Amino acid sequence: MSERRSCKVNFGPQHPSAHGVLRLVLDLDGEVVQKIDPHIGLLHRSTEKLMEQKMYNQSIGYVDRLDYVSTMCNEHVFSLAVEQLLGITPPVRGLYIRVMFDELTRILNHLMWLGAHALDIGAMTVFLYCFREREDIFDCYEAVSGARMHAIYNRPGGVYRDLPDKMPKYDKSKLRQGETLKSLNENRQGSVLDFIDAFSQRFPKCVDEYETLLTDNRIWKQRTVGIGVVAPERAIALGFTGPMLRGSGVAWDLRKKQPYAVYDKLDFKVAVGVNGDTYDRYLVRVAELRQANHIVKQCVKWLRNNPGPVMVEDLKIAPPRRESIKQDMEALIHHFKLFSEGVCVPKGEAYATIEHPKGEFGVYMISDGANKPYRVKIRAPGFMHLAAIDEMARGHMLADVVSLVGTQDIVMGEIDK
Amino acid sequence: MVDRKKLEELVELLESEFRDKLSFSISDINELTVEFDSVDLIVLCNFLKDNSRCRFEQLVDLCGVDYLTYGLTDESGLESVEMSEPRFAVVYHLLSLTNNQRIRLRAFVNNKSLSVSSVVDIWPSANWYEREAFDLLGISFSDHPDLRRIYTDYGFEGHPLRKDFPIIGEVEVIYDPERKKVVNQAVTIENRQFTPKVIREDLRYE
Repeated sequence: MSERRSCKVNFGPQHPSAHGVLRLVLDLDGEVVQKIDPHIGLLHRSTEKLMEQKMYNQSIGYVDRLDYVSTMCNEHVFSLAVEQLLGITPPVRGLYIRVMFDELTRILNHLMWLGAHALDIGAMTVFLYCFREREDIFDCYEAVSGARMHAIYNRPGGVYRDLPDKMPKYDKSKLRQGETLKSLNENRQGSVLDFIDAFSQRFPKCVDEYETLLTDNRIWKQRTVGIGVVAPERAIALGFTGPMLRGSGVAWDLRKKQPYAVYDKLDFKVAVGVNGDTYDRYLVRVAELRQANHIVKQCVKWLRNNPGPVMVEDLKIAPPRRESIKQDMEALIHHFKLFSEGVCVPKGEAYATIEHPKGEFGVYMISDGANKPYRVKIRAPGFMHLAAIDEMARGHMLADVVSLVGTQDIVMGEIDK
Repeated sequence: MVDRKKLEELVELLESEFRDKLSFSISDINELTVEFDSVDLIVLCNFLKDNSRCRFEQLVDLCGVDYLTYGLTDESGLESVEMSEPRFAVVYHLLSLTNNQRIRLRAFVNNKSLSVSSVVDIWPSANWYEREAFDLLGISFSDHPDLRRIYTDYGFEGHPLRKDFPIIGEVEVIYDPERKKVVNQAVTIENRQFTPKVIREDLRYE
């Protein structure tokens, strides 16, 4: 055996717990991490450059593919930036639908995170449980937009269409028949809202199930307590946002501090950690699952009682109704112009941001009055978190790097843009 | 939402401190932008971070902007562009958690040196953002501890977000069967324009 203790290890880019194509160059002393140099950009698609070449509406599909586990939140930010430049606000019902789907997306994202994080550390069961619930939310996505993941449901001016009256049902097939089929379709008899309502009634029990598996689990605690501790001041200085910042004990939530959409009318609490370690960040995110579900319930209640438009009725921004195109010359021209030339957004700049499941997701947009953005800068929360992994991991063991990648909720799509 | 009065107070404070070195604008959506020459950057940033009435503890975002074709449509062509004004700017978005306030700084970059002082010592989060701006726009940050490329491939040449960098890129990667290795060659695809850039001042056709 050689006497040399220090060595360099390549972690990724094709490692299952690297969450995509992340390459970490680790300097190790024995098994202790001395330094981490993350090499990113292996998934770089130059989204910002592509957006400069496209009309505003064409870019929504690109934002979906940034953080591909919380697509509707990305769309929300992008639409918000365009709306701020145009000086418009969507109708209230549109805002409620956005908020409801933002929170469903938060559940979607946190379930993905919880499943993957637990799987990385060695708990297989949680992953299967989480993905069971994720399926239901994907079905909601599909019901409103036709796509299970990359919805393109938020548009500048509101959302693409109102919630459908019917929730699609499973058809009889070789795999699904008899009792199975009946139980699958049990909650799908009514509208999409009924389905979401049933989900939100059921979901708190599911969170209890995850917690039984993890919260007091001795192995889970050994792998997470005291790992990657970040002091509050340091978290702020490093540009942390979202659960990463709240896990360190800073009660900062844009939904409360700088409310957008209809969050000021909703009741919810902000979960804050104490020690700023991986375990606290886990508790914060689990609490956020419950709070998100609580918000969804309130939105369902409001949406049931308040019908109305979901998109601005300005034909320069939103397409006309399909029926009117057949009869109305103006509508036809507007439709043609909107899809061939797009919207010319007034000169100016705006920085739009929301409390994305991962933190502060921002879009800084500069317009020079054209039908395409002059410059779009995407502020991805994960980018700042990953930048700090070196500081968080120093002095920890190699196996803890996996916990840290997990706790940061890394998605390379948004980091690499 | 954002309190306009609070922003005006901040403007007053900065005006009294820096006199005519800064220019201010507050947009309709209550976003305060401060523009200045990049030589004043460090003094201003230190002031914004440490002054008890500012307390901008967090650098939320940093990006470079290339103003080469600002306000020009496709027909204008790149040849006609004369840059008498600074071509690049670095835009900083700051957030004060104490005062719940945001501010945007725009530092214009000298066309010759293409260099700005790094703010890593003030906000550590600037580290990767400055690497990003360096990589994508070629703005260099003096005193940056580790100014390497971040997004583009190992050995990449050029700065993709510059407006004179073609969307199709400059090189493509192929496998050369004779030399038995992967090599770069000049792009063979053509640049296509799907939607021309149009500028309409009057959105409403009044």
